[in-house]
Amino acid sequence: MTILQLEGVSKKFGALTVAEQISFAVGEGEALGIIGPNGAGKSTLFNLITGNIATDSGTIRFCGSDVTRASPMARCLSGMGRTFQIPQPFEKLTVFENLLVAGSFGSRRQEHEVSVRCAEILGDTGLIDKANVPAGGLTLLQRKRLELARALATEPKLLLLDEIAGGLTEEECRSLVATIRAIHAKGIAVIWIEHVLHALNSVVERLLVLHFGKVIGIGKPAEIMDSRAVREIYLGIEI
Amino acid sequence: MALPSFQVETQTKASAVFGIAAAAALLIAFAAPLLVSRGVIQDLFFILTMLVLAQNWNLLAGYAGLISVGQQVFVGFGAYAMFGCVILFGVDPLVAVLIAGVLSTLLAIPTAFFTFRLYGPYFAIGTWVVAEVVRLLLAQWKALGGGTGTSLPRDATRDMLGVGLMRDVFDMKASQAGDALTYWLALILAALTVGFIYRLLRSKQGLGLAAVRDNEQAARAVGVDARRMKAFVYLATAFITGIAGALIYVQKARISPDAAFSVTDWTAYVIFIVVIGGIGTVEGPIVGVIVFFLLQNLLAGYGSWYLLVLGLIGIGVMLFAPRGLWGLVSDRTGIQLFPVRRMLKGGSLNQTSKGGPHG
Ligand SMILES: Nc1ncnc2c1ncn2[C@@H]1O[C@H](COP(=O)(O)OP(=O)(O)OP(=O)(O)O)[C@@H](O)[C@H]1O
Ligand SMILES: [Mg+2]
Repeated sequence: MTILQLEGVSKKFGALTVAEQISFAVGEGEALGIIGPNGAGKSTLFNLITGNIATDSGTIRFCGSDVTRASPMARCLSGMGRTFQIPQPFEKLTVFENLLVAGSFGSRRQEHEVSVRCAEILGDTGLIDKANVPAGGLTLLQRKRLELARALATEPKLLLLDEIAGGLTEEECRSLVATIRAIHAKGIAVIWIEHVLHALNSVVERLLVLHFGKVIGIGKPAEIMDSRAVREIYLGIEI
Repeated sequence: MALPSFQVETQTKASAVFGIAAAAALLIAFAAPLLVSRGVIQDLFFILTMLVLAQNWNLLAGYAGLISVGQQVFVGFGAYAMFGCVILFGVDPLVAVLIAGVLSTLLAIPTAFFTFRLYGPYFAIGTWVVAEVVRLLLAQWKALGGGTGTSLPRDATRDMLGVGLMRDVFDMKASQAGDALTYWLALILAALTVGFIYRLLRSKQGLGLAAVRDNEQAARAVGVDARRMKAFVYLATAFITGIAGALIYVQKARISPDAAFSVTDWTAYVIFIVVIGGIGTVEGPIVGVIVFFLLQNLLAGYGSWYLLVLGLIGIGVMLFAPRGLWGLVSDRTGIQLFPVRRMLKGGSLNQTSKGGPHG
């Protein structure tokens, strides 16, 4: 069963084409990695999927229904959880309250029904000590963890992660990978944009390569990493 | 990960004590017309109605992020609606006050339709334009005195619901009974407004509202219906502001378009109150209205210097205490009288960190 399907999705910002006839599908519970150079259009692709940016053409289906024109809110409620590449915390709310908002609104339940789950997510993402601190006081790394934690609190069927491993130490990176594996093991589908390839490849089942808004390869990580196109684009980049 | 049981707390020790003190103060305030002079009652009426307006503006700007400089439209429209009901249809002024609230809410629907298309500063300008348009329209209404205004018929306030009863029970003169009655209504309105806003902020919707204020894009991404939430707040504040406007003009008994739609009286002063008290807290407008009243009396003899000094104080507070006087107190002492923070307790949490107020 596919959970997400894009067909011929295109987007231009003025003369700049950031998505060109993008078509691919993600299965239920699948983990897909997205790689591509800076400015390739990866984050824009996420924004098209979540509805933050409207498509010029093409259709997006999620869980069997056409969501091409649905609002970001509606897409969240139907089971899409996302992180922002540049973290967007609710700065004056505490870390715990950030999760409470996501938990209660994202899963249409009352605060008291989701509070324990939110606390557990804080434990899983290593933010429990910051629970009662306003999110505006967090460091960049903590903000990125909060992005992940908040997305999880909405109880997504599909989790979209945009570069959450950058700047981590080896140790932190290993624990992040373990966290994402655990999420994936629960049957949540994951699409993960990441430049840290070894972390990405230890989680995802397939890789998608984006270049100037075009999909230039999709398949098993090993095959993709071996392909000519990827080697050219990533020439000089450590794998 | 197995975690020991968690609880969520919002109550603080200070807030529990304050709750009892507030209930006692409310009781004393109810008895005030029997204890103090008519002049004091009129002052208290002014303080209470300004508090209602300030709480509403604070909810609008400090929580829904809707910075309106046109709230005088609901004061003026509510007041005119009440005058219209009384003069044209002979409705009792107190009933007319409620009708005014409903009509103000109805007016808010088309104005929201127009202003919600505008963002940030354009929204603010839009609200002001709407207020001017409504003022100019009502100034054409000859039956209500056109541009020069009119007065409530004397017997309308004399025979107002409850006035007769109070004359008999407390042996008051009609004018005195009228003042006491409007004062009690203002007291009830202020208590209900604070209660309503505080309840809203503690509810799930209040949390969503705070999220929208902090980051609208992220709020939508986690399933918060930001538009609906803002629309609800806009309509609710229109209702309460309309009632407050009507009540203020039952007490004044004389209306003119320039006074009823005064941007200085019903918006600038109100913003001043919220800013010096502390925006984004329930306590802020309460502190603000007291400071405003004291300043107004202190500077009463200085004419236009008065406005200048108010402006300077406002700017000073914005620069040096952006979270207002209540923010200063609350930062120093950690006291919150109307706590809305959801504190996570229990589990393996260390208990040292304090959340501070939402604003
Ligand atoms: N709102 C916008 N308006 C105009 N151009 C935009 C907008 N958003 C992104 N772009 C441009 O579109 C291109 C793709 O941007 P995008 O953020 O999707 O890249 P990316 O693949 O996520 O890059 P990175 O790896 O640096 O995050 C870039 O050239 C960017 O400057
Ligand atoms: Mg990006």
